Amino acid sequence: FLQYCLSGHPTLPCNVLKFKSTTIMLDCGLDMTSTLNFLPLPLVQSPRLSKLPGWVLKDGSTFLDKELKECSGHVFVDSVPEFCLPETELLDLSTVDVILISNYHCMMALPYITEYTGFTGTVYATEPTVQIGRLLMEELVNSIERVPKAQSASMWKNKEVQRLLPAPLKDAVEVSMWRKCYTMPEVNAALSKIQLVGYSQKIELFGAVQVTPLSSGYALGSSNWIIQSHYEKVSYVSGSSLLTTHPQPMDQASLKNSDVLILTGLTQIPTANPDGMVGEFCSNLAMTVRNGGNVLVPCYPSGVIYDLLECLYQYIDSAGLSNVPFYFISPVANSSLEFSQIFAEWLCHNKQTKVYLPEPPFPHAELIQTNKLKHYPSIHGDFSNDFKQPCVVFTGHPSLRFGDVVHFMELWGKSSLNTVIFTEPDFSYLDALAPYQPLAMKCVYCPIDTRLNFIQVSKLLKEVQPLHVVCPEQYTQPPPTQSHRTDLMIECQPPAVSYRRAEVLTLPYKRRYEKIEIMPDLADSLVPLEIKPGISLATVSAVLHTKDNKHVLQLPPKPPQPPASKKRKRVSDDVPECKSLKPLLSGSIPVEQFVQTLEKHGFSDVKVEDTAKGHIVLLQEAETLIQLEEDSTHIICDNDEPLRVKLRDLVLKFLQKF
Amino acid sequence: MPEIKVTPLGAGQDVGRSCILVSIAGKNVMLDCGMHMGYNDDRRFPDFSYITQNGRLTDFLDCVIISHFHLDHCGALPYFSEMVGYDGPIYMTHPTKAICPILLEDYRKITVDKKGETNFFTSQMIKDCMKKVVAVHLHQTVQVDEELEIKAYYAGHVLGAAMFQIKVGCESVVYTGDYNMTPDRHLGAAWIDKCRPDLLISESTYATTIRDSKRCRERDFLKKVHETVERGGKVLIPVFALGRAQELCILLETFWERMNLKAPIYFSTGLTEKANHYYKLFITWTNQKIRKTFVQRNMFEFKHIKAFDRAFADNPGPMVVFATPGMLHAGQSLQIFRKWAGNEKNMVIMPGYCVQGTVGHKILSGQRKLEMEGRQILEVKMQVEYMSFSAHADAKGIMQLIRQAEPRNVLLVHGEAKKMEFLKQKIEQEFHVSCFMPANGETTTILTNPCIPVDISLGLLKRETAIGPVPDAKKPKLMHGTLLMKDNSFQLVSPEQALKELGLAEHQLRFTCRVHIQDPRKEHETVLRVYNHLKGILKDYSVQHLPDGSITVESILIQATAHSEDQGTKVLLVSWTYQDEELGSYLTSLLKKGLPQST
Repeated sequence: FLQYCLSGHPTLPCNVLKFKSTTIMLDCGLDMTSTLNFLPLPLVQSPRLSKLPGWVLKDGSTFLDKELKECSGHVFVDSVPEFCLPETELLDLSTVDVILISNYHCMMALPYITEYTGFTGTVYATEPTVQIGRLLMEELVNSIERVPKAQSASMWKNKEVQRLLPAPLKDAVEVSMWRKCYTMPEVNAALSKIQLVGYSQKIELFGAVQVTPLSSGYALGSSNWIIQSHYEKVSYVSGSSLLTTHPQPMDQASLKNSDVLILTGLTQIPTANPDGMVGEFCSNLAMTVRNGGNVLVPCYPSGVIYDLLECLYQYIDSAGLSNVPFYFISPVANSSLEFSQIFAEWLCHNKQTKVYLPEPPFPHAELIQTNKLKHYPSIHGDFSNDFKQPCVVFTGHPSLRFGDVVHFMELWGKSSLNTVIFTEPDFSYLDALAPYQPLAMKCVYCPIDTRLNFIQVSKLLKEVQPLHVVCPEQYTQPPPTQSHRTDLMIECQPPAVSYRRAEVLTLPYKRRYEKIEIMPDLADSLVPLEIKPGISLATVSAVLHTKDNKHVLQLPPKPPQPPASKKRKRVSDDVPECKSLKPLLSGSIPVEQFVQTLEKHGFSDVKVEDTAKGHIVLLQEAETLIQLEEDSTHIICDNDEPLRVKLRDLVLKFLQKF
Repeated sequence: MPEIKVTPLGAGQDVGRSCILVSIAGKNVMLDCGMHMGYNDDRRFPDFSYITQNGRLTDFLDCVIISHFHLDHCGALPYFSEMVGYDGPIYMTHPTKAICPILLEDYRKITVDKKGETNFFTSQMIKDCMKKVVAVHLHQTVQVDEELEIKAYYAGHVLGAAMFQIKVGCESVVYTGDYNMTPDRHLGAAWIDKCRPDLLISESTYATTIRDSKRCRERDFLKKVHETVERGGKVLIPVFALGRAQELCILLETFWERMNLKAPIYFSTGLTEKANHYYKLFITWTNQKIRKTFVQRNMFEFKHIKAFDRAFADNPGPMVVFATPGMLHAGQSLQIFRKWAGNEKNMVIMPGYCVQGTVGHKILSGQRKLEMEGRQILEVKMQVEYMSFSAHADAKGIMQLIRQAEPRNVLLVHGEAKKMEFLKQKIEQEFHVSCFMPANGETTTILTNPCIPVDISLGLLKRETAIGPVPDAKKPKLMHGTLLMKDNSFQLVSPEQALKELGLAEHQLRFTCRVHIQDPRKEHETVLRVYNHLKGILKDYSVQHLPDGSITVESILIQATAHSEDQGTKVLLVSWTYQDEELGSYLTSLLKKGLPQST
């Protein structure tokens, strides 16, 4: 089968499989790192940003100074931020039958696919994935739409112009494909095409393929997928975790016996230990607050934030932070906190047990109750009245290009008392900070990425033993910045098949069998014959019905009884209608027994002659000759049908039918 | 012929003590493990000695499935697993797993602490029992062992209620537990796909009832409560802590708000708030409307409904009290009932089904003088109203579910024999399937006709789908193959492959027939005439005249030679293999009739 690779981002994959006449898209991640090339969208007019100088070419040309601005030696596009979509030209996306989503981070391109490509299929995802995915999209749309930008830059995208720009703009790929954010109606339309599924639910696609989501341990409702027919099994592993955080543990056992294992979504920070990072996060936070500074945590509204809040819940009293307010600001903050409490069935065992008591699974319920954690839809409104410093603010977006975080960067960036702590691993923190330079604020980088690291991957592969591994090319070589770390790549036998954006792979596998069902009445009619000890066989002549890719064998209809010879029919009426195949024969005919049989059946003048390869049996009166050899019998006779049939049946008695 | 056997140990032509044994393809499954509210003796639990007299239950049962948390479906579970002894898996949904132990503990307290019974299961036993429970998701396929799999569907009866499909190979049974086909104020409607089970085991509580519209019943209920409160009376609504109670609370809460009523509404026992909390945490199991709006407004946070204190029962003035249990057979509801029964201004509304033997059943059947404990006679003057709010499917709903699932057989449990009989006839008439209604201890055997899955070689399948004189997709195709049976594997391969796999050579059987034809012409002319003749008749076959002077019809070879003695006779040698037997035989008889007169 074929794999079309539409995304080059290893943690935001988008692949299409052609498998047994079905076309299956695996995830549709949206690469948002493109937004780092744009200027931040401030919620409140920022004098600093609006005064940035236009960029001037080396030769002094200024025709781009409206579109491009310079800040501390970096050049940014002054326009509505745009995203890098999955490849849409590699194959006709309207032919995609289903889309399987593995987690809420990997569905952010969904509206672009379902609303712009003529897609008419079904999307499958778990309920938490859909609900939290909706929140992420809502936040994204909201934070971009509420800062209308008059300008939409496009001149810089011209290939001739782009060539002249400084890095990284010069090297940005497929800028012509970059798109503005979708709208809420598009999000709703896309989400309405999703069908909810549960872990270990077997979903039949057109009778040919079965897909099953399995817990992947990475996020609420996150899943890996098994795509299988009766004889081949493809495992799609995307964003999995073996650490004990809040989600249900990863189901590894079900990945066994895969012909092909597609491996994406490994940790982006293979050298950082998430536990250590959480510890550092807490201590940096405490130190800043104790010194009277504020802490800014750019984050997504769901996911790691739940774990961070849980850590802080245990930490704040002992660290003497009980009186420091924690603010969670996002248009979906309330929904995210509420939703996290109702997905008990998708949580780890400990959290599930709490629900049985019944208590909310996450302790942030208590933080809210005791007023230690407050949430607001935005910095406007209630927040401005309640706002007290020093404080800790969780808000998005982690790219620092839009959302309420832009406001806090502008507000707190000038003071070295404050700290911004990066926990989300999706964006390079240096690139994220670039348009805010020069910055007095302290920056701490504590990326928390709970996805599989290379040690865990090699253990996993040993455990589940797939025949072939397919992965993004980034995983088959050490990271470019640490080329000596050969431990930071996938090692397996046979070597992993790697892919890159816009590539089409033919995956290695060979199928020899298919499932078919024998109807009970046909089964009853079969006559098994033991050929060798323990091996029986039966010849089957049956009618094959194929419907919805399922094959069934039924008894052939009884031939209609010929009407008792009324009229002489025309010869041509007798032409045998279908070529009803006779079975193959095997065995050999012992000449003496054969002759005895002939004599028993009234042939009195049997004569046997030896030949080089066997014998010739002569029936003199009937002018008939039977050549017997090891693997063949030839009956040569006059046109005497009753005689021929009689001889035929005597010969057949000695042979086995296949 | 394979068969499925079903034996109810409880709920056979009865309501209460649901417990049904199913044997399917060598696997034994127990569906529900309930208690009977109508009995206080041995009969309250199923008779597990039916399964085995002296062996361990674990050896005889592959798994136990609990459909929902009502005690008549799970009340005997700790007794079964801890006192009789069962260590195998017990399956239920997450909400059932959460709520079930609380109701069991409640039940234990009433039985042991209040009635002073000994030899009953303990709190520790409930805990130990629950450790054996495996929680399942909706639609998750749970592999109990290599062959046996189960799958839960939404049943809508109470929070977490599920229907279960039990499947081994091609054979399957669906057990509905209790279900509701119409969404109510807090739950959605039961749903199942067209899974075509060999047997559907359905509850039939309301086998003969077609209930009027939900709205009417709700209006009626509100009117009666309102009137009683207006004239200063007290309203007692006996309920089970979870289920109908929440639906009626939502109903009264919104009504009180709309009408701006002041009379207090109470909910008895400390379970209330806890119960509502379960609904909040398992909100994904409620209906769509509640799920959609829960972030803005959680329907299970009530403003008007407060916790009840025993002392409130003697307060003057109107009030509405929800009290447990629902059938007035014990506990707080019965206490309040005894206090209020003497006043005709008061009213008791029974919102659900009452099992025979309970006080609830007695007053509903018109009894107004009740003998209580200690030979005391209680005269009931308060108004007694019955409102069917229990969330069971009515006759229409049961038929609808059968239509959805398309079972080959139906078996009715959890209902009264007379009503079942009526429904059974209706089902047999409308769906032309057999319908059974065994009594407790009676075994029903259903013959199944499972198909046999085998592996077919792709080569054979492709060959067979490719050939055929007219490629007609709709026309069934005849296929020839050899079924190889080794150990437990079945492989259907082409005869050639079968020979090869067994290391055998093919034996070719060939016939050559001499056919004499009167034709004085030259040999090659005779051949040409034969060729034209065959070509004319065998239109669908490939007939060829080869350069060496022979004719082929498909793979049959025809050669002509002159007769050694008679020049006017030609001898046609027709040669074919056994695989072409029919065509070869036909050709010889055709040629024997001679050639048509040349024109």
